[in-house]
Amino acid sequence: MPTVNDFLLILPEVVLLIWALLILLIDLWIPDTKKYYTAVLSAAGLVISAGCAFALLGRTGSAFSNMVVLDGFSSVLSILFLLSGLAAVALAYDYLKRNAAQRGEYYTLLLFSIAGMMLMASANDLIMVFLSLELLSIPLYILAGFFRPRLASEEAALKYFLLGAFSSAILLFGIAWIYGSTGHTDFPGIVASIDGGRANYLLLLIGAGLLLVGFGFKIGVFPFHMWVPDTYQGSPSSIGAFMTVATKAAGFAALLRVFLVLFPAEAPIMAGILWGLSAASMIFGNTVAIAQMNMKRLLAYSSIANAGYILMAFVPYGNPVIAQEAVSSALFYLLAYALTSFGAWAVMIALEPAESDGLLLQDFSGLGRKYPWLGAALLISMLSFIGVPLTMGFWGKFYLFKTAVDGSQIPLVLIGLLTSLVSAYYYLRIVMFAYFKPGEPQIQPGRWASVVAVICAAGIFVLSFIPTPVFQFAAQMIMGMK
Amino acid sequence: MITGILFFDVMAVLVISTSIGMLVSRNAVYSALFLVLNFASVAVLYVTLGAPFIAMAQVTVYAGAIMILFLFVIMLLGAERLEGESTIRGQRLFGGLLAVILLGELTWMAVFQSGLSPAALTMPASDFAGPTQIGLTLFNTYLLPFEVTSFILLVAIIGAIILTKTDNIGKRIIRPGKD
Amino acid sequence: MLNDYLPIIILLVLATVLGFLVLIIGALFGPRRPTQRKAAPYESGMIPYGPGTRRISVRYYLVAVLFILFDIETVFFLPWAVVFRQLGWFALIEMLVFIGILLIGFVYVWKKGALEWE
Repeated sequence: MPTVNDFLLILPEVVLLIWALLILLIDLWIPDTKKYYTAVLSAAGLVISAGCAFALLGRTGSAFSNMVVLDGFSSVLSILFLLSGLAAVALAYDYLKRNAAQRGEYYTLLLFSIAGMMLMASANDLIMVFLSLELLSIPLYILAGFFRPRLASEEAALKYFLLGAFSSAILLFGIAWIYGSTGHTDFPGIVASIDGGRANYLLLLIGAGLLLVGFGFKIGVFPFHMWVPDTYQGSPSSIGAFMTVATKAAGFAALLRVFLVLFPAEAPIMAGILWGLSAASMIFGNTVAIAQMNMKRLLAYSSIANAGYILMAFVPYGNPVIAQEAVSSALFYLLAYALTSFGAWAVMIALEPAESDGLLLQDFSGLGRKYPWLGAALLISMLSFIGVPLTMGFWGKFYLFKTAVDGSQIPLVLIGLLTSLVSAYYYLRIVMFAYFKPGEPQIQPGRWASVVAVICAAGIFVLSFIPTPVFQFAAQMIMGMK
Repeated sequence: MITGILFFDVMAVLVISTSIGMLVSRNAVYSALFLVLNFASVAVLYVTLGAPFIAMAQVTVYAGAIMILFLFVIMLLGAERLEGESTIRGQRLFGGLLAVILLGELTWMAVFQSGLSPAALTMPASDFAGPTQIGLTLFNTYLLPFEVTSFILLVAIIGAIILTKTDNIGKRIIRPGKD
Repeated sequence: MLNDYLPIIILLVLATVLGFLVLIIGALFGPRRPTQRKAAPYESGMIPYGPGTRRISVRYYLVAVLFILFDIETVFFLPWAVVFRQLGWFALIEMLVFIGILLIGFVYVWKKGALEWE
């Protein structure tokens, strides 16, 4: 029987879910012309939930018969998801109005999805991992098709749904193999079974492989990336931005925790597979991005490459010391990537007219002269994507590469450095259009997207002066994690 | 004991052959019917494993409600008459080849390499997944997943509404000639 | 334990046998003199034209999906009802929360007008 303490440990999730239910009901009585009330209410819910998460920072414990655990890792990621949610609300505020798609369900579904992500980051049972994956994915399938009956949006939703359903099935199949091997689905039970020598190693290995495929789909690494460009392009832009950051972070959260806790013994075999996934994603994402003239598709391929970078530090996870470092640098990079990616998407959304499938790179021409603030935000985001010093992107890559070097993954680091050089070409091309080509871009009515862009750019710049405290904070937070 | 194994073998062949039948049928109605048969035979396996409640849910919800709905959808859409040709050449062959390789790998690993013998497996108690046991675990240990399930169902309800009802929003976005 | 299912198995076998029996008897003894008019699909006496299927309103699928979702909800009632006396008040509250969440979904569906056919 659950106690008050159980609810207290997952208070941010509980608050968010109850808030989402209330908004769903309240929105029914809000007239179509006043849907901004729903947006404001959902933002308030996200802030309250983030407040709860901040209050719980540093506390640890497990709740609901070990179904979920609260530790620094889940707290930090929860706050990241909630802030991403705030950004997604702000980006959608004017964007949905412009596209005549102001339906309150956008905000409700977003809140449900974030609750799923938070549960996924703290899941301590494979059943819980699966259910929270569904709770985060199903709202996103719907949100991808939110611009129905626009064909591109329907296509995005259908592709995402079909491949997502396949990957969920594969993940479930993996869970079944692990259950068959150990007789448990809860992490402590599985670990005890492995340590006690009662688990069957090979069945466990097959399960681990299938889980990797399932998570690989969510984070969009190379062979599981097919859905990424079409889905990001066809979805509403605010959802595209949210997916590149939060869904990826949630996938990594589950991947890191599951592999660190359950499969340290499989590390020698898994390292080879992770190596291949990481290298292929970096090479593929960065080279194909060169050919993209549509900003949304470019950012989609860039997100594939970035998933490869994060995976790089995690390759030598079998070594406990490296594993700690890898998780902290992954958290740090996710923060840097969140700021950078939201910055870039926000600049695009600020300029994106109604009914468009994303801006072409030419559409940025003249941005630097006409809107200096927005131009500066774009410039900083692009520099951060490349990893130029004085940006968070630089420090993010620095820590990732350092971890990989410590784990003696020199070839992978070389691939990472070379592909970063390649990526400079297409990121700088956007900057070139914005600053050196004449043009008259037109900022769309409503200033929330611009505000997000400027805040993200400021964050990228300011935080780059204090990377060590931020990294130390991440490292300290994950100390409690097994 | 021997009859039990024989019974399982018969059911296993039935399960596998119906699922293959579902995959290779060109007519979607046949596929759906094969799937109904598949669900029913899996339900029988659940019964032999001592999980009558799961078997009942399998028959009533999956084979009963969901698959009949599938059949209606297929027939109302006329999907059984759609051309089933894949647009990528050699896809069927390549896919089949990969499936055989994966199957071979898994069989090799599970049967020959894992050192697992059927005798080593302990049979669960005959009532380990009866309605009472499921109720007790579901409402104690798995309380949180149970409540999360209700949120997933709620989200699915919202999705069904959003993706079918237009609310007069977005109607003006349909561009002529783009259909 | 499997003996409990013997009546079901007998019923299944009987039903299958009966089904085939009717088909076989019909095929063996029934007269069979097809003409072109007889073989044509029946359309209230008129000469059939055009395809037999037409587009069905998407609302049908909406109702069907909503039915499935609430159907799945009721599956959870059975194990709950079985152990209700053992677990007592606590299980009641749990179930009320579960139903409450889906009730909100029901209110949503109702208010959106998805249950009206017009």
